[in-house]
Amino acid sequence: MNELALLIAASLNAGTVLALAGIGLLINERSGVLNLGAEGMMLVAAIAGFATCVHTGSDWLAFGAGGLAGALMALIFGVLVIGLNTNQYASGLALSLFGGGFSAFAGIRYTQEKLPPRPSFDWLGLGEVPFIGPALFKHHPMVYLAVVLVIGLTWFLYRSRAGLVLRAVGESPESAHALGYSVRGIRLLAVAVGGALCGVAGAYLSVIYTPLWVEGMTAGKGWIALALTTFATWRPVRVLLGAYLFGGVTMLQFFLQGRGVEIASQWLSMLPYVSTIVVLVLISRNPTWIRVNMPASLGKAFFPGR
Amino acid sequence: MFKLEPRPAPSRWMSLASPLIALLCTVLIGTVMFAALGKPPLTGLSMFFFEPIKSAYAWAELSVKAVPLVLIALGLAVCFRGNLWNIGAEGQFVVGALAAGWVAMQAGPGTSRGIVVAILLAGVLGGMAWAGVVALLRDRFNASEILVSLMLVYVAEMLLSWLVYGPWKDPAGYNFPQTITFDAVTKIPRLFSGVRANIGVLIALLATALAWAFLFRTYRGFALQVGGLAPAAARYAGFSSRTALWTALLVSGGMAGLAGALEAAGPLGQLTPYVPAGYGFAAIIVAFVGRLHPVGIVFSAVLMSMFYIGGELAQSRLGLPKALTGVFQGLLQFTLLACDTLIHYRLRWVRSAAAGAPA
Repeated sequence: MNELALLIAASLNAGTVLALAGIGLLINERSGVLNLGAEGMMLVAAIAGFATCVHTGSDWLAFGAGGLAGALMALIFGVLVIGLNTNQYASGLALSLFGGGFSAFAGIRYTQEKLPPRPSFDWLGLGEVPFIGPALFKHHPMVYLAVVLVIGLTWFLYRSRAGLVLRAVGESPESAHALGYSVRGIRLLAVAVGGALCGVAGAYLSVIYTPLWVEGMTAGKGWIALALTTFATWRPVRVLLGAYLFGGVTMLQFFLQGRGVEIASQWLSMLPYVSTIVVLVLISRNPTWIRVNMPASLGKAFFPGR
Repeated sequence: MFKLEPRPAPSRWMSLASPLIALLCTVLIGTVMFAALGKPPLTGLSMFFFEPIKSAYAWAELSVKAVPLVLIALGLAVCFRGNLWNIGAEGQFVVGALAAGWVAMQAGPGTSRGIVVAILLAGVLGGMAWAGVVALLRDRFNASEILVSLMLVYVAEMLLSWLVYGPWKDPAGYNFPQTITFDAVTKIPRLFSGVRANIGVLIALLATALAWAFLFRTYRGFALQVGGLAPAAARYAGFSSRTALWTALLVSGGMAGLAGALEAAGPLGQLTPYVPAGYGFAAIIVAFVGRLHPVGIVFSAVLMSMFYIGGELAQSRLGLPKALTGVFQGLLQFTLLACDTLIHYRLRWVRSAAAGAPA
């Protein structure tokens, strides 16, 4: 029973990384831009956050640095794709490759560094309640903040005027343009915000979750977050639930090993990747369903005056 | 401020000049970076742009890196021209190396030299099988080839790790995660004695010619490219998008697998967890810098190999991290994408927004 509580806790923790990146990419994609550079943004943010934490000792400054690094990386992509009208796939891939190289380069002297002792939490005095205490009430504030963000984003997308404009830009950039909205400005902003959230996710990974810096430490989490937005048919709450589910799948390997299951660790490590493929196949089987839910202009450039 | 203005027709001149301008920008940024790191910029740059090509020996070393890049990038060019985004060549490379390694491990005292052919074929089949999964899931279930091919990279790496830590581990290898060293008879023949360049160079050149012929001289290659450029036109012309999908993915998977086989039975000579060296990802940049054209790919692969060797030299001589290679590769891709805008657009100086665009 206690083991199960720990599995739930670990799933929520791992899921928070995916959820933060996932809602960032969701905002991004709702504006009609597909950024395949999530992995690169998260890696650069992970080292930026880690280095900040090493030097300042503050987790929140580290998240800030990660968010800033992610936003800056996203802006490189945004200027190329939105300003210079380059191919979104190629530019996003370039961002991922560059981020991998650059973070390894920048992080070389941090590979042996250790962070100050990680804080522990006990919320509302409920941390010692059997089962639900360790499962739900001993997390880093960011875990709860991610939930708040998802609720806030839902409100923003479906209840606020700005959210309506964002969706309009993604669904029909021509109409939004005709109404006088700056499609490219809004898209650039969405890309930067998306990058910032991916950055916070990367910093959470290196500062709280792991907590250490290893080259290529995201290990595909950025790509899984990208897949999540599709699984969730671009709905924030579904992104969150999907993220916890995948966090759970990632954690399942340690749980099973702890129970003495006789499978080579590599087969268990494949689980998150294989399940991503399986879920992707299940979801994509019905092309109409995807098409109805996908922002209509996703991946297509909008260049007024052509 | 500057304003982008569409050109009436794409500039042929710019499409050739843009990679050169991009390279120039990369060199400039590199100079600034070396200076910022407190290393002499000229020494640093010469390690990337002169040392790797200064002698016949250096060229032979360069070819060891360039061959896998050319082979993988040729396959990717076929894919990308068909608007299919196979970004998991790294995984197909690994599975090709696994299949080739399995054949190589069967070699014994009586084995003939002909086994090299079997090794290469196994590599091709291995890579095709791995890419075939992507094609199947895309064809039958409409699953994004980007995500599936990438996820399969991690799966392939785990598979490799399992094999070299488990069933394929060399019993006499002091518990290191590695297979037995392949029998000498399986070694890919070298071109000259004393250098590491092997017949992979000839295979890569042959593949370049074949890829050119396929893309520009066959019906299937033409249909595939039309499907990539204008899916509606392709449908109207009756070109099958399914044929294009399977062709592109099997070709690129096979090429990546072949590169994996050449690597496993060539410079490596055994399987270790370090088989995936990032060639599959670097080849994406090679393909783009080479304009998705077979001849261009050869040039850009040589350039990208210079970055690899330069990174190794910068590490051993200047004490800079080897990851510099990835930074340079990424920079080149960014600057190229930016410069490519100039093929379709012109930069025009506009005095102010109020003055408006010239009529």
